[in-house]
Amino acid sequence: MAAGTIWVVAETNADGALAKSSAEVATLARTLADAAGGSAAGIVVAADPKVAAEELAGYVPRVVAIAEPASTGNAWAQVAAQRAAAILASETPAAVLTGAGPDGRDVAGTLSALLERPVLVNATAVAWDGGPSVEMSVFGGKLVTTSTFEDGEWGIVTVRPNVVTAEKAAKSGKVEAVKPDGDLALPVVKVVESIEEAAAALPIEEARIIVAGGRGVGGEEGFRLVEEIAGALGGAVGATRAAVDSGWIPYAQQIGQTGKIVKPQLYLALGISGAIQHKVGMQTAGTIIGVNRDPDAPIAEFADLVVVGDLFEVGKALLAELKARK
Amino acid sequence: MRIVVLTKPVPDPAAAAERLTSDGRLDRAASPAVINGNDEYVLEAALKLVEAHDGEVTLLTMAPPNAVETMRKGLAMGAHRGVLVSDPALVGSDQWSTIQVLVVALGELEYDLVLAGFDTSDGVGGVVGAAIATRLKLPYLSSAAKIEPNPDAGTVRVRRISPTGFDVLEAPMPALIVGTQLLGEPRYPSLKGIMAARSKEVVTRSLADLGLDAAAVGGAASRTKVTGQQKPPARGATQVVRGTPEEGAKAIAELLASRRLI
Repeated sequence: MAAGTIWVVAETNADGALAKSSAEVATLARTLADAAGGSAAGIVVAADPKVAAEELAGYVPRVVAIAEPASTGNAWAQVAAQRAAAILASETPAAVLTGAGPDGRDVAGTLSALLERPVLVNATAVAWDGGPSVEMSVFGGKLVTTSTFEDGEWGIVTVRPNVVTAEKAAKSGKVEAVKPDGDLALPVVKVVESIEEAAAALPIEEARIIVAGGRGVGGEEGFRLVEEIAGALGGAVGATRAAVDSGWIPYAQQIGQTGKIVKPQLYLALGISGAIQHKVGMQTAGTIIGVNRDPDAPIAEFADLVVVGDLFEVGKALLAELKARK
Repeated sequence: MRIVVLTKPVPDPAAAAERLTSDGRLDRAASPAVINGNDEYVLEAALKLVEAHDGEVTLLTMAPPNAVETMRKGLAMGAHRGVLVSDPALVGSDQWSTIQVLVVALGELEYDLVLAGFDTSDGVGGVVGAAIATRLKLPYLSSAAKIEPNPDAGTVRVRRISPTGFDVLEAPMPALIVGTQLLGEPRYPSLKGIMAARSKEVVTRSLADLGLDAAAVGGAASRTKVTGQQKPPARGATQVVRGTPEEGAKAIAELLASRRLI
């Protein structure tokens, strides 16, 4: 069967640049299209889509850029999904890929309803076998399932961050600027105010290295050391729910079942026991190292290395060791 | 205020007994069920809202008949009644099918707000809320950290978590809101609540009750299929280092260096 086009609905950062997760998803779309003998294309919907669209064209041969003023001042995802749906309705997609973060999910769910298409969620790997063959980590990572759409169907796939490495194509693609066409039929949700918080310098979903603290860190003060070690390693700071609930660190940095699911190359866990609710958020990390007083903590069952000891003493010694090795 | 909370019974993550049957469906007999963690946060938010503004909280669940048991916990927390959509034909439903059924089930209820959790701990999809809102043409407000209705104005404000902080969203009611852990710690059912829950009403609705064709939804109409299942790749053995802090630090640095992480 002719493979058709694998589409990506891209997200942008606050500064208008292409989101890192979208560069990854676009790389995946191109790789799958190559395997399928089809082509890949992307859609950017923003008030000013130019920068992100040109960036996206570095990854896929065709980009549709829609300048939609309603993208600003209103909740973005459903506006974008409506404009993307209008484009996709006149194409013959083989699949549509989005990120699996909050905006990607909202786009995927909305597209599913608008285009009456099924969804496969939270992909940890995607292969092509007449259509997307999607690996998902389910039940908190205890099982990996492979799913496909039913024969003759195409659908939408949400892809987790860090499952592919963004890689530009040998040749840049073309950007088509398209005017938004028709009314936005879904109810408008206005953004009446934006509140800036002291956000972490590096979003944990995108970090290659994460240094995380748990209950054992003991307080806001203790997180200074976690931050210092993260700084020395060029990584981001993560936390368990216990640390977030105690108010030591913002929810945006929580890793686990009701926080974020991350897949860094290194996960250094300080004062974290590794209970299942936390484990589900980080167990696919490349290398896992724990520093813990309790040698029998659950983290010893899945870490590569566990150092038994006081996290402050080991942490300070580690800073000295890292400095000495520079 | 009339609030419908979508709740899903999921295999208890703490019991760690989840498995699939040979045809790729959750083996519900193998694992005890609990209310999905993120659903408890939105239920808590709903209960606080009706405490402040009066009204009623209805739980809406699509699950096998024994889900009445997990719904009782929500009723014991303070929800007023439950609607359980249950039908043998729904076994094997995928997200698509679930959306079709919940859209029709919501059509039978009156509400100012529909609340759903950020995602479920079993499938981690988080797409059903957006799809239902789209189908019902309800304003959709997601990633909520705070929900503030203004019943007099007929509007609702939501603090939506953004990459740089929060966006405050506003829309007319009725609306569908997807909420997060930041809504606040769910209460434990009181003894009085547990007693009261026993006599609260849980209405069970079949596909026929909803006027849905069993061939058009459920397992028969699922548009995705599970083609394989495997255990995740095993991690290597754990090296345990006991000794001075310096020895521990050295072991960490050596591992990082050997894996080219520093």
